[in-house]
This record gives sequence, structure tokens and C-alpha cells, in this order.
Amino acid sequence: MKNKSRLFTAALAAALMASTLSWGPVHAEGGLKSLRGAEIQAPETESADPFKAMKDSAPIERDYVQQPPLIPHKTDGYTVTMKYNKCMDCHSWTRYKETGATKVSLTHFKTRDGQELSNISPRRYFCQQCHVPQVDAKPLVANKFKPAEGIR
Amino acid sequence: MENNKPAGLTARVRAWVAGIGVVTVLGLFVAGIVFWGGFNTAMEMTNREEFCIGCHEMKNNVYAEYQNTVHYSNRSGVRATCPDCHVPKEWVPKIIRKVQASKEVWGKITGIVDTPEKFEAHRLEMATREWARMKANNSQECRNCHNFEYFDYAVQGRRGANTHQQAFTEGKTCIDCHKGIAHKLPEVDQSITPINAEGAPPQVFHPPAGK
Ligand code: HEC
Ligand code: HEC
Ligand code: HEC
Ligand code: HEC
Ligand code: HEC
Ligand code: HEC
Repeated sequence: MKNKSRLFTAALAAALMASTLSWGPVHAEGGLKSLRGAEIQAPETESADPFKAMKDSAPIERDYVQQPPLIPHKTDGYTVTMKYNKCMDCHSWTRYKETGATKVSLTHFKTRDGQELSNISPRRYFCQQCHVPQVDAKPLVANKFKPAEGIR
Repeated sequence: MENNKPAGLTARVRAWVAGIGVVTVLGLFVAGIVFWGGFNTAMEMTNREEFCIGCHEMKNNVYAEYQNTVHYSNRSGVRATCPDCHVPKEWVPKIIRKVQASKEVWGKITGIVDTPEKFEAHRLEMATREWARMKANNSQECRNCHNFEYFDYAVQGRRGANTHQQAFTEGKTCIDCHKGIAHKLPEVDQSITPINAEGAPPQVFHPPAGK
């Protein structure tokens, strides 16, 4: 009993020491939060299959009318945040000449109410909602799909 | 003072030695050697990643971001650590950077970036300084590892290969194009929304070739 309480005092002293020695405020780690501070319960995500991204290539043929063109290049490390849109660093109308990228379609300047803006509309801000990069993978199911006549 | 003739250099040194004594001078000399050794060890210790992330300001923000990038983990397992990109290898620039780093100790004490919110608010200022430093030394730290004279354009992706050859003849440097290579970027003025109108302006974010 005596031994235990002595151990406890020692531990307490050590903890106190450590907390006074550590510099500055300590933050609670972890926990996902929304911009407004609400907790988010994100389900555990499964790790992606180890597909290798395809090498950069020329633009890929489209298969149907109004198809968002596929991304013909790697997108590792390309982040889109509130502060900066990496895709627009190459694809915007001010940048495309220098980077050799296809400029964003003018359809992207329109809001859902049909108003024309001076740059991309918020509903087009997150490019990868519609444009996706490619990996070299076999189709999951066999199919007889043929590209639309007019764009073949 | 103005009326006095300036004494010769040797005379002044002799007077100085006489004043403080030969033993003291010898002592200073030995102290110098000891200090030097200790100094270099201190330099070594402060040039390691563990040292940098000893401060939560560095660990919780920039270090966490960097862990998702190619310089932390890649197929060949060669890592670029904080000092590799931020502390010059050459002696004089290194000392200059180390002296500047005393500002970081001051910043630590005053808590200038001690919360993620404060860090975000201060990021543009810090990033702008770091870009200017790298631009001024022609991205020396990047080039310590990446020698563009040995770039194999047959293996690089077509965008990199196309861009690099033209850029280097125009005199562009790595940091002109590769901002945000290791951390989240601060706000950038891309003329998309008014929110970032105060962000890094185009002439800073994509500076013209040369200085
Ligand atoms: C470093 C510059 C750069 C960045 C960053 C970039 N792209 Fe590209 N992108 C290009 C270039 C250049 C092409 C044209 C392909 C070529 O000719 O090599 C292209 C092609 C495309 C195409 C095909 C266009 C067509 O005509 O079929 C899409 C779609 C695309 N990119 C989407 C994106 C998205 C989405 C992002 C952000 C995740 C992004 N890009 C980031 C340079 C870039
Ligand atoms: C809501 C879905 C959606 C989003 C989000 C979106 N796009 Fe598109 N994008 C499309 C569709 C559909 C097309 C083809 C039809 C058209 O031109 O509107 C297209 C076409 C393009 C093209 C080819 C233009 C051409 O001239 O052929 C580029 C480049 C492009 N988008 C880039 C982007 C970039 C960059 C972003 C993010 C800033 C983005 N898109 C966001 C749906 C989207
Ligand atoms: C004592 C805690 C501490 C340590 C250790 C530390 N930093 Fe920092 N660092 C800070 C603070 C605080 C700032 C903000 C300083 C300011 O802007 O006033 C900062 C700012 C920076 C900046 C921005 C510089 C600028 O010009 O604004 C860089 C780059 C940086 N640190 C890199 C490093 C590297 C590399 C190491 C390891 C060699 C390191 N730090 C170690 C606390 C620290
Ligand atoms: C300590 C050495 C080192 C330093 C310093 C360094 N790099 Fe790297 N860099 C690497 C290694 C290693 C890789 C990964 C190579 C591979 O693909 O296995 C890499 C990869 C890259 C890539 C390719 C990214 C990708 O997604 O494939 C770019 C771009 C890059 N570095 C730019 C820079 C820039 C800009 C700087 C200076 C701010 C820099 N590097 C400093 C070693 C370094
Ligand atoms: C004019 C702009 C520009 C300059 C200057 C520049 N780069 Fe790049 N770099 C690019 C683009 C565009 C890519 C391809 C897109 C990407 O990787 O995001 C690229 C790709 C790379 C890659 C990956 C290559 C691959 O395909 O695997 C490395 C490594 C790299 N750059 C290093 C450097 C280094 C080191 C310097 C300075 C000596 C430098 N770059 C200067 C624009 C530039
Ligand atoms: C591959 C090179 C590279 C590595 C490795 C690297 N940095 Fe950076 N760091 C940069 C560049 C470039 C900037 C300028 C801002 C930008 O482009 O993101 C920067 C900016 C910063 C800043 C200013 C704040 C900001 O986000 O702009 C701090 C602080 C910093 N780095 C600390 C660190 C620390 C600590 C480490 C190690 C965990 C580290 N860096 C590793 C290249 C690197």
C-alpha cells in the first residue's frame, strides 16, 4: 500500500513536471470538424486499390455528348481548397496559354440560375466531381458500348 | 578622438595583449576552439527534422501536411526533410538563416502562430518570405537534389518535359512553378471569388523569369 502511494506521488510529480516543462498550449488531437466547428462522423474509408495512375497523355477521346472529358494526366498532390484551386492554376483562361492546358469550358461560368459570371461558378469549383483521372484497369463487366455517332 | 593620430594595427594589437595579458589571449584562443566544436555540434542538432517538429507550431501544421506529399514518402524511399528545403548547405547563407531563425524562437514565445487559426492567418506572410528567399537563390535547395541538367525528358510526363525545357532556357527557377510542393498553400488571388482577393497576387505567384 505504502509503496503504491509513493509510486503514485512520484508519478503525479513527474506529470506535473512534464506539464510545466512543455511549452505553450496543448491541443486536443484528432476529431474531424466542419468549417463551422461541427463534429463530423466520417466512416472509416477503405484504402484504395493499388492501381497505378496512367502516364500523362494527350486528351482522351470523348464517348458521349456532354461527357466531362477524362483527365489525361496524374493528379497526385493537386489540392482544391477554399484558398486555392490547383486545377485552375493551369486550366483558367488567364493561365492556359502558358501551361498548354485546355481552357475551362465557358459553360462552367454559368450559375444554376443561368447567370453568367466572370469566372467559374461555385457549382463547378470542385473539378473532380465530374472530371476523373484514369487508371489502367479492365472494365468490371463486359459491355457493347459504342461512342456516340457525332463524336466518333 | 579626432585629434589623436590613429595608432598602427600592430601597435594596437600589442597594446591590447599587454592590457589583458598573454594568458588571457591564449585562454581565449582555446575557448574559441572549444566553442567552435560545440558550435558545430549545435548547428548539426538544430539541422534535424526532430528539432524542427519539436515545436507544435511546425508539427501540427506544416509537418502534418508534408506527410501526404512525395517528399515524405515515395517509391524510392529517398526523403527530403525540413532542413533539406529550408536551411542552406553553404556556410554563410546557413549562418544567415540560423540567425534569422532567432525570430522563430521569439515567435514561439509570443505565440504568433500557436493555434491552427493563427497559423493560417500568418501563412501568406511566411510563404511569401520563403518564396522570395528561394527565388533569390535560384531554388538552390531544390537543385541540391534535383539537377535539371540530368532530367531525362523521355521518362518525365509530357507536361513536365514540355514545360521544363522552355522554362530553363527562359531562366525560370523551380519555385516559380512548384509552389505548394510540400505544404498547403495560403490564399491565392485567382480572380475566382472575392474571398481571396487579398491573397498572393499573380505577379508573386507566377513571377516573370529572372529576378
Ligand atoms: C500543371 C498544369 C495542370 C494542372 C495543375 C492540371 N492540369 Fe489538366 N491538363 C493540363 C494540360 C497541359 C492538359 C492537356 C493535355 C496535354 O496536351 O498534355 C490537361 C488536360 C486536362 C483535361 C482534358 C481536356 C480535354 O480537352 O480533353 C482535363 C479534363 C483536365 N486536364 C482536368 C484537370 C483537373 C480536374 C485538374 C485538377 C485536379 C487539372 N486538370 C490540373 C495541365 C494541367
Ligand atoms: C458539374 C460537373 C463539372 C464540373 C464540377 C467541372 N466540369 Fe469541366 N466539364 C464538364 C462537362 C459536362 C464538360 C463538357 C461539356 C462542356 O464543355 O460544358 C466539361 C468540359 C471541360 C473542359 C473541356 C473544355 C473544352 O473546350 O473542350 C475542361 C478543360 C474542363 N471542363 C475543366 C474543368 C475544370 C478545371 C473544372 C474545375 C474548376 C471543371 N471542369 C469542373 C463538367 C464539369
Ligand atoms: C522554437 C519552436 C520552433 C522550432 C524548433 C522551429 N520553428 Fe519554424 N517557426 C516557428 C515560429 C513560431 C514561426 C513563425 C515566426 C514568425 O513569422 O514570426 C516559424 C516560422 C518558420 C518558417 C517561415 C519563415 C519565414 O520567413 O516566415 C519556416 C520556413 C520554418 N519556421 C521552418 C523551420 C525549420 C526548417 C525548422 C528546423 C530547422 C524550424 N522551423 C524549427 C517555431 C519554430
Ligand atoms: C533531399 C532531396 C530533395 C530536395 C531538397 C528536394 N527534392 Fe523534390 N524530390 C526528391 C525525391 C527523392 C523525389 C521523389 C522521386 C520519386 O519519384 O521517387 C522528389 C520529387 C519531386 C517532384 C515530383 C513530384 C511528383 O508528384 O512526382 C517535384 C515536382 C519536386 N520533387 C520538386 C522539388 C522542389 C520544387 C524542391 C525545392 C523546394 C525540391 N523538390 C527539393 C528529392 C528532393
Ligand atoms: C515553367 C514552370 C516550371 C519550372 C520553372 C519548373 N517546373 Fe518542374 N514541372 C512543371 C510542370 C508543369 C510539371 C508537370 C506537372 C506536375 O508535375 O504537376 C513539372 C514536373 C516536375 C517533376 C516531375 C516530373 C515527372 O514527370 O515525373 C519534377 C521532379 C520537377 N518538375 C522538378 C523541377 C525542378 C527541380 C525545377 C527547377 C530546377 C523545376 N521543376 C522547374 C513546371 C515547371
Ligand atoms: C520539398 C521541399 C520542402 C520540404 C521537405 C519542407 N518544406 Fe516547408 N516550405 C517549402 C516551400 C516551397 C515553402 C513556401 C510555401 C509553399 O510554396 O508552400 C515552404 C513553407 C514553409 C513554411 C511557411 C508556411 C507555409 O505553409 O507556407 C513553414 C513554417 C515550413 N515550410 C516549415 C517546414 C517544416 C517544419 C518542414 C519539415 C516537416 C518542411 N517545411 C519541409 C518547401 C519544403
